Amino acid sequence: MTDMASLMEDRAAAKVISDNLRKPVDWDSPKIARNIKKRYAAERRFKIYGLVAIGIALLALCMLATSIGSKGYSAFYQTYVQLEVHFDPAVIDPDGTGDPAVIGRANFDGLIKQSLRDRFPDVTSRSDKRDLYGIVSGGASYDLRERVLENPSLIGQTRTIWLISGDDFDMLNKGYIDPTVAEGDRRLNDQEVSWYNDLVEAGAVEKQFHTRFFTSGDSREPELAGIWGAAVGSFYTLLVTLALSFPIGVLAAVYLEEFAPKNRFTQIVEVNINNLAAVPSIVFGLLGLEVYLNVMHLPRSAPVVGGLTLALMTLPTIIIASRAAIKAVPPSIRQAALGLGASPVQTVTHHVLPLAMPGILTGTIIGMAQALGETAPLLMIGMVAFIVDIPGGALDPATVLPVQIYLWADSPERAFVEKTSAAIMVLLAFLVLMNGLAVYLRKKFERKW
Amino acid sequence: MKKTLAVAALMSVAFAGAAEARDQIRIVGSSTVFPFATAVAEEFGKTTSFKTPVIESTGSGGGLKLFCAGVGEQHPDITNASRRIKKSEVEKCAENGISEVTEVKVGYDGIVLSNSNAAPQLDLTKEQIFLALAKTVPSKDGQSLVDNFYTTWSEIDPSLPDVKIEVLGPPPTSGTRDAFTELVLEEACEEFPVIAALEETNKDQFKAVCAGVREDGGYVEAGENDNLIVQKLEANHDALGIFGFSFLDQNGDKLQGSLIGGVAPTFEAISAGDYPVSRSLYFYVKNAHVGTIPGIKEYLAEFTAEKAFGEEGYLADRGLIPMDAAEREAVRNAAMNLSPLSM
Repeated sequence: MTDMASLMEDRAAAKVISDNLRKPVDWDSPKIARNIKKRYAAERRFKIYGLVAIGIALLALCMLATSIGSKGYSAFYQTYVQLEVHFDPAVIDPDGTGDPAVIGRANFDGLIKQSLRDRFPDVTSRSDKRDLYGIVSGGASYDLRERVLENPSLIGQTRTIWLISGDDFDMLNKGYIDPTVAEGDRRLNDQEVSWYNDLVEAGAVEKQFHTRFFTSGDSREPELAGIWGAAVGSFYTLLVTLALSFPIGVLAAVYLEEFAPKNRFTQIVEVNINNLAAVPSIVFGLLGLEVYLNVMHLPRSAPVVGGLTLALMTLPTIIIASRAAIKAVPPSIRQAALGLGASPVQTVTHHVLPLAMPGILTGTIIGMAQALGETAPLLMIGMVAFIVDIPGGALDPATVLPVQIYLWADSPERAFVEKTSAAIMVLLAFLVLMNGLAVYLRKKFERKW
Repeated sequence: MKKTLAVAALMSVAFAGAAEARDQIRIVGSSTVFPFATAVAEEFGKTTSFKTPVIESTGSGGGLKLFCAGVGEQHPDITNASRRIKKSEVEKCAENGISEVTEVKVGYDGIVLSNSNAAPQLDLTKEQIFLALAKTVPSKDGQSLVDNFYTTWSEIDPSLPDVKIEVLGPPPTSGTRDAFTELVLEEACEEFPVIAALEETNKDQFKAVCAGVREDGGYVEAGENDNLIVQKLEANHDALGIFGFSFLDQNGDKLQGSLIGGVAPTFEAISAGDYPVSRSLYFYVKNAHVGTIPGIKEYLAEFTAEKAFGEEGYLADRGLIPMDAAEREAVRNAAMNLSPLSM
């Protein structure tokens, strides 16, 4: 009975609709026109929202880039001072032995001080002399020594040489110290500023490209500090991370995706891997401290420990990305391989993995980029440290690029502000490079089915 | 096969610096001593045939914990501290077989309360600072303790400017904060009769009141990064910041130190002991490691040389305030003889 009634109702409704359909639509009626206008407006609004969102994101990026760039670009240049240096044989090699060991021990600092005193002969008091010596960096004597060791014929000659300047002097030359404020309120006194003006007038002050920033390790003298030590540390750390997390991550993904039975246990494993990807990185640092340092007694501050710790952090990223890439390989490929007599292992190694590789590599590179920018877990295992020597291997003490940025940001000397920004620029350049490589690999090897 | 070889080659490069006995001094500890210790370490590495020591900035407490964990090359040789070692820490050391520790006093560090030099310079007393920063303060009539109700400096004293109380300072984990609490707040609180009376009746509450810092926004914990505080002070002329003297020394064109008890934080005033908020800096050496780890004695010699921690040494250039000549002599002798600390 009810069936009958509902059938009748349906029929009635269908008739109304078909009647309406048969009636021609009046496209010019004001109601339709309003409707169409409203729809176009909604479309335009939606586009504008999207543009605003992109605009905000770009603005934030621009602000970051300009603030870092404007502060940091000056760190790639360093002030040099031209001085006449007399390579006094009595100081360098009094007995005329020509022995590099004797020359290496000579007081080159004294030579520079002597030439500064010659340049400004009216400076006599002890404290004034101390100020005077600040014009040239303490590191200049090492440059001078190398120059003489390379070319011993310099001994006895007088040469005009560009010497690296001290940090305060460099800041003045770059305009970070304002010589017009009251004398007591700035790092350099009136006399030092007058020496500077005197040297500028003589054309003896110049900014040169600061190669040392890229070739030397950390230093407490801003003008001598460089990022090479941290870059090498980052390299060894990432090497260990990659060597560990890539094979383990890919094998785990292959097993879970291709071989594991779908049961409660594998579900739990899956949920846990996804959870691990969201664990704060400091937790991995604590784990590293406990396992690698306290139990396994690996050396503190070594890239090998940093790499092992970061590998734990990168594993979930690699596993998740690899599983997605393996899942994207169509089942027909597997079926065809199995149908032609390939064993399951052959199917995976000959067909599935090569086809999934672009996705796996993209995930790995993104994981590595994450590891490159990480500091928190390294704090716990002693890689946040002042290390001057360039590490020679994964067991030598080392720091990494982001840690170097953190340490410089915390240093009182004014000149470290620009070094901090410059180091950030270098780190960002590496990150852009790695992410660019990931995009390239994806574009180049990606296959569409 | 080729790939395996390449990986093997890379790995052997990575592990080239095999794990031999440690030939490098390892130092941990205070972030306040860090800039001075690193300067000495760098000079030491350049002028001697030893490797440059590795220095970690872990904070005074964290450093002493690592230092006292045991004897052996996996433990640090030296720890820096911006306060003296505590009795409990000495006992902890002894428990782990570290019976002989040499204490080396490095010099002094002033803690400054400073603001942008676009704002008027303040002249504060310790009591005024306490009233501005403590969590609980004496009520208007001085009879009871209430939550801090002061919102502007002029409410504390009409002679002070009518600006909001906003002080940026280090978090409780910092040695600077410990020292500031001890030297300013704990000293000032005894001057208020209602708090001093507590010392007799309720010692725990007395301690809590004296060391408690307000959490209603008047005191902002700005992290351990002193440069950050400096930048914030430049932007906000009403705010004051608490940090070590070396940061004021480096930023004299932007900031000015407030007078405390009528004394300005200058190099001379701190070194003469006139400026009331200054503390001693130390480092501690594990005597058992001298001889096993090469270079420790030479490092001590470098640190205690006149050209380093002396009146005109390179550490003074970095903002360390040196001790007087007689004290330096005594410290140097004690360090060179490795006279063990006794408490």
